[in-house]
Parts: sequence; structure tokens; C-alpha cells
Amino acid sequence: MADSSARVVPTPTGAPLPLVGKSDTKPTWCPGCGDFGVVAAIEMAVKRLQIPSHNVVIVSGIGCSSNLPHFLSSYGFHGLHGRALPVAEGIRWANHGLTVIGTGGDGDGFGIGCGHFVHAMRRNVDLTYVTMDNQIYGLTTGQASPTSSMGQKTKSTPTGVIEQPVDPVALALASGATYVARGFSGDVKQLADLVAGGIQHKGFAFVDVFSPCVTYNKINTFDFFRQRVYKLESAGHDPTNRALEFERSLEWGDKIPIGLFYKADRPTYEDLEEVLSAGPLVHQKAGIEGRTDVLDEFV
Amino acid sequence: MTDLSVRTGGQAGDGIASVGETIARCFSRMGLHVFGLNAYQSVIRGGHVWYQARTGTGRPRCQGDGLDVLYALDKQTVDVHAPGLRQGGTVVFDPEKFAVSPSELPAGVTALPVPTLEFARKHTSQSILQNAGGIGATAFLAGIPLDLLHQVLADSFGRKAGDVVAWNLAASGDGYHFAETHASVNAHAVQKAGAPKLLMTGNQAIALGAAAAGCKFLAQYPMTPASGVLHWLAAHAQTLGIVVKQAEDEIAAINMAIGASFGGVRAMTATSGGGFSLMVEAMGLAGMTETPLVVVESQRAGPSTGLPTKTEQGDLNMMLGAGQGEFPRAVLAPTDAAEAFHMTIRAFELAEAYQTPVLVASDLHLSESHFTVDREEVPLTYTPASLLNVAPNGHDYLRYQYTESGVSPRAAPGQPGLQFIAGSDEHDEKGHLISDVRSGIPKWVTERSRMMEKRMRKRHGLLTDAQPPVVEGPSDAPLTFVAWGSTVGAVRDAMAVLAAQGKSTNLLYFPTVFPLDADRVTSTLRATHRTLLVEANFTGQFGHLLRAETGVHLSERLLKYDGEPFYPHEIVARGLEVLNHGGQ
Ligand SMILES: Cc1ncc(C[n+]2csc(CCOP(=O)(O)OP(=O)(O)O)c2C)c(N)n1
Ligand code: SF4
Ligand SMILES: [Mg+2]
Repeated sequence: MADSSARVVPTPTGAPLPLVGKSDTKPTWCPGCGDFGVVAAIEMAVKRLQIPSHNVVIVSGIGCSSNLPHFLSSYGFHGLHGRALPVAEGIRWANHGLTVIGTGGDGDGFGIGCGHFVHAMRRNVDLTYVTMDNQIYGLTTGQASPTSSMGQKTKSTPTGVIEQPVDPVALALASGATYVARGFSGDVKQLADLVAGGIQHKGFAFVDVFSPCVTYNKINTFDFFRQRVYKLESAGHDPTNRALEFERSLEWGDKIPIGLFYKADRPTYEDLEEVLSAGPLVHQKAGIEGRTDVLDEFV
Repeated sequence: MTDLSVRTGGQAGDGIASVGETIARCFSRMGLHVFGLNAYQSVIRGGHVWYQARTGTGRPRCQGDGLDVLYALDKQTVDVHAPGLRQGGTVVFDPEKFAVSPSELPAGVTALPVPTLEFARKHTSQSILQNAGGIGATAFLAGIPLDLLHQVLADSFGRKAGDVVAWNLAASGDGYHFAETHASVNAHAVQKAGAPKLLMTGNQAIALGAAAAGCKFLAQYPMTPASGVLHWLAAHAQTLGIVVKQAEDEIAAINMAIGASFGGVRAMTATSGGGFSLMVEAMGLAGMTETPLVVVESQRAGPSTGLPTKTEQGDLNMMLGAGQGEFPRAVLAPTDAAEAFHMTIRAFELAEAYQTPVLVASDLHLSESHFTVDREEVPLTYTPASLLNVAPNGHDYLRYQYTESGVSPRAAPGQPGLQFIAGSDEHDEKGHLISDVRSGIPKWVTERSRMMEKRMRKRHGLLTDAQPPVVEGPSDAPLTFVAWGSTVGAVRDAMAVLAAQGKSTNLLYFPTVFPLDADRVTSTLRATHRTLLVEANFTGQFGHLLRAETGVHLSERLLKYDGEPFYPHEIVARGLEVLNHGGQ
């Protein structure tokens, strides 16, 4: 995340610049959609951290969930289906003074964009990625997603899904993410804590959120999760042992854990990229005017 | 005018490219212009490879038709290339490896057996000096002074162990002196002509141009023949302050570049046709979000994986059409290294000025061949100016404001009070979607049209700023060659051959292949007598574009799709045919 000293930028008159709030665009989600809880949690998290809106960029792909950047007052980039992360990485590398938050759906992140997901995590790029995992393709009106359960009947699987779902938390652990959490949009307070923790974390922070699609997923509903989720922190959980976390992440059934699975310290990509040690790229000198020494190798 | 070509051939892994490049560098250090062609196959060991350095008193624009000295590291090289040797030519080889009988050689060509292995053994039992004696003998035949060869060799070894360098110098000296006593220099041998010139590949020129243009970010996925751009910028990333990222695939590469550009720095990606196919959707993303982007497309012979190490100009249609829907773009096509340097800078300027993707169309022949340039041809005097020029006046900022030029004020994240959303979906002036709840509502139907018109208005500016077509040679020539990109080099050389035969021709070439000023091109085409379209593809893609834009059909065509570059003699022959038998 951004250097903490750069968080509150005073205006010339000394008044602090505005923090992230709601934008003048009202969410277009179906009433009751889980994504309302996620946008509320992100807003709470960035407000709590006092990051002014001009230093926050929210980047998304395509899907109902990916409309999220429009509903907050920060900078936003609403890109292509599955391609939020490479755009977010590019933004970070152009200006690592910014707080960059990737958002999107399960199809966006673990289907079409799965390759980028794995690579962004192994790089430990310092950004926060929040997926609104409704285990369905919402925007395209209810096809199976990579996280739909075995047997789940959808428009594209009328006789039931016959592929095993991706486990995003386990995948994140295996791929090298250094902050791995799971939230539930039915618990906005905890979710805001998880997102804030992710933003503060130096490295790739992944927060998978159970964010029910009330229109197209009649199985993984708010009630489904309310009956099953339990909080890792209240179970006396220690988020430093990757092997143990892996086992935990596979827990699925009557009891499903939410909370912070894993957190580790590892240098970020930006730490290791020498060119960035001279400060954000966007503030560095551009061009090689006068550097005729560069031509000598061609003699 | 002297014209000298030296070719080295052998198997992949024999170090052919480095022998060839050493010879080419000797010529460029002598102040001569060089064209170096590196012909190789898509294997790492085995397989036939060769490198040809062509020089002379003029400026060779392609590999040419002649061959004077052939250094053969294997018998296959003799079989394949000896028939092309000119009168007075020489084959250098080691009789310990294979024999060459005079009957195998064209009349007037001599075999020069050089005991290169024996020379090597004098210094070391390691098999690392195999080529040194051969380089020495070849250098002598070409007119390269021994001390210059030694300098170039020493420089190329850099910081390597002293012994190896010393052995190499000694063994190459042995070869040089051996040739001196057993042969005489080639009739086309060259002499020092002036200050050293710079020797670089098209890819290096593009990379250098990008650095000069103020590019701060490159994301690329390796793919021949574009990888040279990645290699050069990666090697210089730290000293030049450029973040160079090998992405997980081309989709990531272009999206990263778009992200970086949105973030406020000049950014680029480079690839070949296969990778560009994967970038197609994001071309539209750059167009729709109005994010400046430079994409280098270095073509290889297609379709599919095609011929990875062979050249073609078969991706033009894709470059023109890449991306669903319509958005402004430009396609620039440099013809040589100096132009590649300048056009890359230009591509960044256009991309930034018009906030849209700009393609630099290269191909294997331009990307991987060696060209000489004078220092003055690549002046590092350019000052990149950022066009992030929005007055931070806060609430009424419209990122996609309707303007006469179509160009809207551009801000970047981190600038206070200017927050906006860049949307891949259609949006209004503020960046708000008009694709979902607003779509189909009359007010927003109109807004969609207005936003399309705003973006497409940028085409006028692009057209005004784009470099117009160039006519080279006498304006009233009875034959006009029409060409673009790397093919222009061979056409220029063919025109010189024709001129020497008393045939006047000229060249119409297109530094900007898109957009084209239709009226201007039409009148230029109408002013020609006969035309011959020369393109390295099957269907004459540029001819189609010209016809679509101007209605003029160029019926005489020389199209080549065998993966090999054009040779001047092919263009000369077809040119004479058109001159003699009409055409349009
Ligand atoms: C390249 C491409 N393929 C397909 C689509 C169509 N599409 C839009 S959103 C989507 C899936 C959305 O599912 P998810 O990412 O889970 O988001 P949700 O709507 O459920 O929030 C698809 C397939 C597209 N926009 N682009
Ligand atoms: S379709 Fe589902 S995911 Fe999309 S807005 Fe409606 S409830 Fe939310
Ligand atoms: Mg979904």
C-alpha cells in the first residue's frame, strides 16, 4: 500500500483532501445482492485508513461485481473480463504511491483470469484483490462458474455441474499470496477489517468474499452461509502456518471458516524491482536526452 | 561503387551469428555502411544457419544478390551457398573437416583450405577456437585490417578470461597471415572510409527509440522475432530507469502496459502475430478508455505458429482490424533501423496526443537484421513531454469531455480532485456507464453516438500528424514501385540496379500505412505511369487497403510468401517485365 506518510494530502489551504465515499452513481445491483456488503466494506476500510480518494484506484474486470468501482469516489479502471489484475499491476508499477484494489467476480478472477491471479500472487505485488464470489455467472444470467458446486444446476449445466470447483483460498495459498482471507458480505464489519488488513499488508492480499447472487444462485444464499460460517479468530487460529492453513482452506460442508487464513512477510515485487527504488516511476525522469553513452555499445 | 558480401554458414550452435556479427562490426568500424542478414532456423542446435554481412562504398539496404567470400563451417554450407558466389569469389573452409573440390565451385571461384583446427590446437586443447582462424582468413579476403579485427574481437570478449582472448587473437592472426600468403584479397575488398558507424538491429533501434521517447514501462512475452526489444530494454532497464516486465502471456502484457499508461507513464508492449492475436481485445480497451499505448508487432511468416524465424508482411489486415468495434489507431511502418528509432518516438507522441493505440509494424527482416546508422541519425535530443495537463479544478472535471478535436483532458490517479472511472463499457463524459440501465433510453442513445463521434474525431488529427507517403526518385519515372515496411530496402537496392542499367524508376512508400490521406494518395497514384506493388504476403494486403481507400487497383504485383526476404534481382526482373510489357 501507499507510504503511510502520503495518506492524507493537505490541500493548499491545509484542509485534508476528501476520503473515499460513495460516488454519484447508485449501484445497479439487484436488491439484496451480496455485492452491496462488499462495496460498503471497502468504503469503510479505506475511510478508516484515511487514504484520500485521489490516491486510491479500484480496478475491476467485467461482471455484476466488477461494476463496483463506479460506486465509489476514488479513481477507477473498469477493464476487460478477467483482466483486472494485469491492469492493477501496471498501475502499481507506474505509481507505487497509490493504493490499488482489484475487485471482481469468481468467473472474472478464477475462470477467464485465473492465470493472472496465480502470477500476481507469486509476484507478491502489493495490492489488494477482493473477489465477490457468488459461485455463479451473474451478469450473463446464471451459468456455472469455476466455484459452482458439484451437481449445481445452472443454465449452462441443466443436469448439474460435473467439475470440481476451484478452491480460491487454497489456490492463493499454493500460489504465494502473503495475505489470504475469506469474508462474507453478510458480515460487513468483519469484511471491512479483512479488507483494511489487506490494504495495510505489504504484499498481495487476497480476500475472497461469499457474496450471494440472490437472483441466480438459489443454493449458496445468505441463509446457506449464515448457517455454516464460523470465524477463524474465535477458533483460536494462528495464521502463520501455511501447511495448516491449506487444510483449513479445504474445510467445506456444515462448517465453513471465514476470517484471516494466512499472513506472511515476504518482499514485494515493488521492493525487489530495483528501478522502483528511485521512487514511483511516474515521478522519475523520462527519456534519455543527452545520454550518448548509450550509443557506444553499438560501435 | 564497390559491393562486397561475406557469408558465414554452418550449424546452429557453431557460433555463426557471432562470426558474422564480428565481420559486420569490422565493416561498421571502418566507417562503412553494412546490412547484416541473420538466417536461422527454429532449432537451438543443428540445422543450417548463415549470416551475411554486405558492405561497400554505398549504403546497402538489404542483403543484396552478390556473394564474394563464403566461410563454410560445414559441407552443407558449400552445397547450398557456393553456387551463389560471384566471379573472383572464395570459399574458406578447413580441409580437416571436409573436402571441397574445384569442380563443385562456379567458374572463377577459388577454394581456400585453411587449417583452422590446427591453428587452434597450437594454443589450447579446448575446442573453443574453431572459428578464430576462419574469421582471420575471411577478414583478410574482405580487406579488413588485422589490428581492427583484433580490436573488435577483444571488445566482443569483454571481461572474459585473458587467455581465451589472447588465444583467439593469435589464432585469428594465424588465419589472417595464412590467407595473406595463399590468396589475394577479393576484388571487391573494402577500405576504411571514415568514422565508425553504429551497428544495430531493427529491434534494438525500436528499443532505443522507446527509451528516447520516454517509455518507462515495457511488458512483453517472449516471441520471435520481437524478443530483441525485450532483451535490449531488460539489459538496460536499470541504467535507463525503465521497468521491464516479462508477463505471463501477451494478454497480461498489453493489459499491464495499459495499466501503466493509465497510471501516467509512457508504456509499450511488443510481440509477433501470435501474441498480437491475444492482444486484440485489449487494443479496443486502450481505444475505449482512451489510454495511450504503443504496440510493436514484429511479423513472422504465418498463419498460426507459422515460420517462427522467417519473415512476412502478412499481419497488416490484423493490425488494421484488431479489436471489436471501431476506434482510432495508427500503424507506422519503418523501413530500416534509423527510421525504426524515429518512428517509435513518433508512435509514443501520437499515442499520447490522441490517447489511443499506435502500432509499430515491423517484421523479422527489419527486427533482426543489422543496419548501420550514423550517430547523427539517432540523436538523443528528444524531450518527452507529458500531456497530463489537466487543471486540477475538481468537481467539474470530465475525463471524456466532448471536444472539437476529440481529445479530452487526461488526468492520472494521484492527482487530487480529478477522480474518474476509465471504462471498457461505453460511458458518458464523466466515465459513467451508459451500457446497462441507461442503454436504449433515448437520451443515452444520443450520448452513445456523441461519444463514438468524439473518439472517432481523433482520426482527423491523427491523419494530419501522420507522416505522408514519400516519393523517392525522379517524379516522372515510367515505373513506380509501391511498398511499405522492410520490403522498401530491397526495392531501393533494385532501383539502383535498374538505374545502373539506365532504367529510371521511383518508389512510393508509406511510413504511415494507416491512416491514409485518401485524396492525396489517390492523386499521387494517378500521377504515376506504371506501378508495381511489392509486398511480402500472399494476397497483397496493402494493395487492398490502397484500393479500399482510393479506388485505385494496383494490378501488377510482386508478392512473396516463402518466408525469405526480397532479393533485389527478383524486383529488378519483375520491374523490367512491367516496364517492357505494359501493366496498367
Ligand atoms: C471476453 C469475454 N467473454 C465473455 C464475456 C461475457 N461475460 C461478462 S461477465 C461474465 C461472467 C461474470 O461472472 P463473474 O465474474 O462471476 O461476475 P458476476 O457477474 O457473477 O459478479 C461473462 C462470461 C465478456 N464480457 N468478455
Ligand atoms: S444478478 Fe446476482 S450478482 Fe448480479 S446484481 Fe443481481 S444478485 Fe447481484
Ligand atoms: Mg460470479
